[in-house]
Amino acid sequence: MTSNASASLTISVTELTKKYGRVFALNAVSIDVRAGEFLTLLGPSGSGKTTLLMAIAGFNRPDSGRICFADEDITVLPPHKRGVGMVFQNYALFPHMSVFENVAFPLKLRKISAEEKHHRVMEALKTVQLSGYAERGIDQLSGGQRQRVALARAFVFGPKILLMDEPLSALDKKLREEMQIELKQLHRQLGVTTVYVTHDQREALTMSDRIAVINEGELAQIGTPREIYNRPANQFVASFIGESSFIPLHRNDSGQLVHESVAVLPVPNEETGKEWSLVIRPERLLLEKPKAKRTNGKIFFDGVITELVYQGETAIVMIELGNGKIVTSRANTRAGDDVDSLELGQKVSVSIDKNDAIVIPGGTK
Amino acid sequence: MASPEINKIEHLNADKLLAAERHENLTIFALSLPALIAVLVVIVIPVGWLFSLSFLDSSGQLSLVNYQKMIEYKSYARVFKTTFNVSILTTLLCILIGYPLAYFLSQIPRRYVGFFMLTVLLPFWTSLLVRTYAWLVMLQRNGLINNFAIDLGLWDTPLKLAHNLNGTLIGMVHIMLPFLILPLYAAMRRIDPHALQAAANLGATPVQAFWQIFVPLSLPGVVAGSLIVFVLCLGFYVTPAVLGGGRVILVSMQITAILEDQFNWGAASALGVVLLVLTFAALFLASRFLKLDEVMFGKR
Repeated sequence: MTSNASASLTISVTELTKKYGRVFALNAVSIDVRAGEFLTLLGPSGSGKTTLLMAIAGFNRPDSGRICFADEDITVLPPHKRGVGMVFQNYALFPHMSVFENVAFPLKLRKISAEEKHHRVMEALKTVQLSGYAERGIDQLSGGQRQRVALARAFVFGPKILLMDEPLSALDKKLREEMQIELKQLHRQLGVTTVYVTHDQREALTMSDRIAVINEGELAQIGTPREIYNRPANQFVASFIGESSFIPLHRNDSGQLVHESVAVLPVPNEETGKEWSLVIRPERLLLEKPKAKRTNGKIFFDGVITELVYQGETAIVMIELGNGKIVTSRANTRAGDDVDSLELGQKVSVSIDKNDAIVIPGGTK
Repeated sequence: MASPEINKIEHLNADKLLAAERHENLTIFALSLPALIAVLVVIVIPVGWLFSLSFLDSSGQLSLVNYQKMIEYKSYARVFKTTFNVSILTTLLCILIGYPLAYFLSQIPRRYVGFFMLTVLLPFWTSLLVRTYAWLVMLQRNGLINNFAIDLGLWDTPLKLAHNLNGTLIGMVHIMLPFLILPLYAAMRRIDPHALQAAANLGATPVQAFWQIFVPLSLPGVVAGSLIVFVLCLGFYVTPAVLGGGRVILVSMQITAILEDQFNWGAASALGVVLLVLTFAALFLASRFLKLDEVMFGKR
């Protein structure tokens, strides 16, 4: 099991549409997944991301659209002929079978010889660090161990596509974070095209080569984690991935974006809309020393502290600006940063580097 | 454990908390007392009394004569054999008919289940005697089924459907079916639909997924339902008495016969005791092979 491109297939989803009654679960969604890529479908619950995954697995039939694995159109192929591995949200292990029998199930169906079967099951269990557990019953395993069995069962038969439906959502935080790294390593080891569904934006950022953000049945944005975080395409993406404060901007006649009659940034592209929003990530909004010099590369705001939350490694400072807008700054709690000396109601200045400032079209709600 | 002195001195409020717990336990016991007394009066005492009666002969002396007779006369053994055969046959037929029905109920959307469940339960709520005589009307020589079939030309001479084993089985299966379907349906609904999706995803055809995943996972329901049906059949009286027409003698009918003809409480009690013991023996055997506590109490 070494990493190579031939161990994986591309998936292309074209204008896939699925309606439940009058509601579009998917509205003409098109996504191309590259061979060997780890792609995450990220969205809030009810956004259609699971519907899309289930359509790729063959468990629900879209109303229109096409799904291809490599060049083969599999839109109407029944699930048992698709040959994709899948990890279900609740693991969906077979409770009447041992760990070994669970993992051996897909091999048994493929009539693989007993010797080969044994070898491959043991190899797969070793990969997920469950070597000593082959004869255990499913009810004797912890949640994390069940998760690994489900994983081993999904890749033991060498599928060229692996689908995962929120596989870590039932685990506690610490185990979840460990498993995220393990899944990422496993993906690198197997080299298999992986489509991963989650509603956890941090999980998506941690694991993915690319993230497809899905909202209300439509593709909101697709890109690498850095692209999604640093250049969100719209307000939904900006507020769903990471934390954001929004500040309304106007476009003036000379093509500058203006806040409180101060021109702050040039219009980033050719769009002609008058209403824009400045997106501020809390960790990039810095508290200024009282008499700091106002340099040209930064945008400054003045306001009053309305909330202080100490969270260990960082502290959250909420600042109400003159116009009633509230912005959030995430400050380090290092000794030099003087977060401890802040008080509610205190007047402060904050700044953001113009390179960190994100501008998106549309007004602020 | 800490030593008693420390217990006394340092454990704040330990005495009060212990007293509160005792009080709580006592309350629970007091609240269950009426039910316990009812069970004692209605079940334990009469059964115990019958049990002791079975060891008395007709003159009231302590003896094993009632049990000796059961060994001496071959007819008793035959009655027990018939009872078990009929019960096993009924149970098997119930599984054969009930499994597909329960499967159907478990697969349709929940909002339609109510209607179909009603068709299973409606007969369940009508009088046992009414249903039994209804079957007699339908099955007898000049009954509905024979007349209808002969009119249609399906067969020429009336089939013997009542007053024999056929009638007994038809009636018993009909009456026992809900007892199998209800626990079986519940067990099937508990099967994780994702397990079947997983099987399909791993390459199982729908037929393979059904036999390798669904059927094994539904077995606890089959066992639970079958045991209920089997045990109820062992003591069944009305339906086999009416539809068997005296040709199929079960233990319950034998007991009635002894009481009506000979007024021999001792012999009748002995039969009841043996049936009870055999029932327990059958359940015990089943528990050895089938992990009954998992099935009946949902232990895992």
